[in-house]
Amino acid sequence: MLKMLAARFVRLIATLLAVSFLTFFLVNTLPGDPINALIPPDAQQDREFVEQLREEYGLNDPFIVRYGSWLGDAINGDLGRSVITDQLVTDEIKHRIPVTAELAVVSIGIALLLAIPLGVTAGYRQGSRVDQSISAMAQFLLSIPSFIVGLILIYFLSIRLRWLPATGWTRLTESVTGNIKSVIMPAISLALTEIAVYTRIVRSDMINTLKETYVLSAKSKGLKDRFILFRHALRPSSLTLTTIVGLNIAGLIGGTVVIEQLFALPGLGKRLLDAIFQRDFIMVQGVTVFMACVYVVINTLVDIFYMIIDPRIRRKS
Amino acid sequence: MNTTVVSDAVVADANTSASPLLVVEDLHTSFSIPRGEVKAVRGVSFELEQGKTLGVVGESGSGKTVLARSIMRLNLGNNVTTTGSAKFRGLSILDQPPKSMRQLWGNEMAMVFQDPMTALNPLVKIGRQVTEHVRHHLGISKKEARSLAVDLLNEVRIPEPESRLDSYPHELSGGMRQRICIAIALACEPTLLFADEPTTALDVTVQHQILNLLNREQETRDMAMVLVTHDLGVVAGRTDETMVMYAGNVVEKTSTHELFNNMQHPYTEALFRSIPKTSERSHTRLTAIAGRPPDLIDPPTGCSFSPRCPYVQPKCREEKPPLIPVNDGSHLSSCWFPVGTEENKAAFRKNVAEGLPQTLVVEEALAGGSSEGSES
Repeated sequence: MLKMLAARFVRLIATLLAVSFLTFFLVNTLPGDPINALIPPDAQQDREFVEQLREEYGLNDPFIVRYGSWLGDAINGDLGRSVITDQLVTDEIKHRIPVTAELAVVSIGIALLLAIPLGVTAGYRQGSRVDQSISAMAQFLLSIPSFIVGLILIYFLSIRLRWLPATGWTRLTESVTGNIKSVIMPAISLALTEIAVYTRIVRSDMINTLKETYVLSAKSKGLKDRFILFRHALRPSSLTLTTIVGLNIAGLIGGTVVIEQLFALPGLGKRLLDAIFQRDFIMVQGVTVFMACVYVVINTLVDIFYMIIDPRIRRKS
Repeated sequence: MNTTVVSDAVVADANTSASPLLVVEDLHTSFSIPRGEVKAVRGVSFELEQGKTLGVVGESGSGKTVLARSIMRLNLGNNVTTTGSAKFRGLSILDQPPKSMRQLWGNEMAMVFQDPMTALNPLVKIGRQVTEHVRHHLGISKKEARSLAVDLLNEVRIPEPESRLDSYPHELSGGMRQRICIAIALACEPTLLFADEPTTALDVTVQHQILNLLNREQETRDMAMVLVTHDLGVVAGRTDETMVMYAGNVVEKTSTHELFNNMQHPYTEALFRSIPKTSERSHTRLTAIAGRPPDLIDPPTGCSFSPRCPYVQPKCREEKPPLIPVNDGSHLSSCWFPVGTEENKAAFRKNVAEGLPQTLVVEEALAGGSSEGSES
């Protein structure tokens, strides 16, 4: 097990290097001269000044040299400073990641809490009325975009009932209840789609698992159905779910832009979007590489989680 | 001396007066599928006394597994209908609600499945699988369950049982896994055990060990056992009675000894001919049974074996032969032209003359065997 984890770690580092290189390459091929973002249009006419800045930022060096120096700094925890606001990119990430991560974790937590029992029930009673209503509900949830749910929630819970703040974010360190109040609506908005997806995945995997002989054999031992469902069938039915949840967490770290915008949350996605519009290439570079790293790390965690779920995978690798 | 005789007589008396452990009467099971109604079991009746063994023999698709599962009420799915009656200790099983079935399952009646690779949950440790139902039925503690598990694994001859409890099924060989499955089935000391092709998925070298293990446990525990198999060789010498099934019907039923010495039904004979025998020369051809089991959605009108029977006559195709006693009253068979009778021989000669394919196959095999014999 330890040897295997070490091997995983080496692979993880290699992947991270490849990802950072590709990201650096892509950001560099974006159209527009980054210098133009730095200085007012009239100063852009001054060729000598522009040239001097290019030299100063190392923009005239060959691509590989620029990547090398960026990587060297990155390994030391320095992703540079925003060309617009002069903030350290790492500070921005540190400041904003708790918001995004909390949103991702809470929404996925809510989704799992509801989707697992729903999916198990639907799979267990396949074809019954309960199954049909759960499946219809999932279909319905899938077809509403999360920002619409957000708007509806804001309308009822904030404007009509005045229970929750419509926008803004209170940090956990400032006030626990305030934090809970600010996470509820965005988390639910994101969770509804996830509930639908997870329910369908658990249902179909459960239907397949229940056809296995070991389920019949568990039944022939006189075990209660609930025990068989949750202690025998759920684990083998959760491999696909693990994959999807992993991808979802990683995706939510980078992709909650719409919801962050709607609820005016100081999250990472929103920061990245702003940076792109401002041509703040150092910020884009840093945040993108960070998100890519999160993806890779979470994927590795998912692989490790597979081994926890299924002992046969432990042996194979 | 005298007293023992008396007490034996009392016990015998009590046994005869009490009804058998399991009484099955006219059991039918069918599955409704879009194409129609699959009649998998079509009117099976038998009795099984405590401590006795019954072999159920037939090809794949003859309904033997469905029969075992019907009696245990383990046919999953809501497209299954079982009618007739099955009484276990006088209790009408088909009328029991699921809750009381759960009380019987594992506790009073248990099942060993065909493939130990799939009958054990690959993601659950052996220890829990061996005793979880004992904990559920008898409410014993975790510690007691663990020591019981060690005892059980010892009993089914698993080396180092203590360390096996924390293994997962994939870490064990097929034979070991089947031993585990047997341990699971025995854990609550059931009075009735169904062994559904318990050795089919195993290596030949392991098959005997598993069958011997089952026999030993069945005898020491005075447990009744239904041994389902497609192999007549498996029931030989291991079961008290044998029931041969074809297309959902019982075609022959008698004591195992009588069956091997005086088989009446052409299907039993065909099954017997397809067993490899050590007395034969090493390259002797086995006589396979021509054709396939019939479509159970629309079974043949007459005898269901008639399309494959080497002795088939027009009467067989029109009229279904009843399952009736032959010679002594306990030997039942359903055939218009039973094996060994003059009518049977005449039918065979007639079919050879007419060139009926399934008859010629048998004729060739018989002739081949004798001509080879004369050469040597």
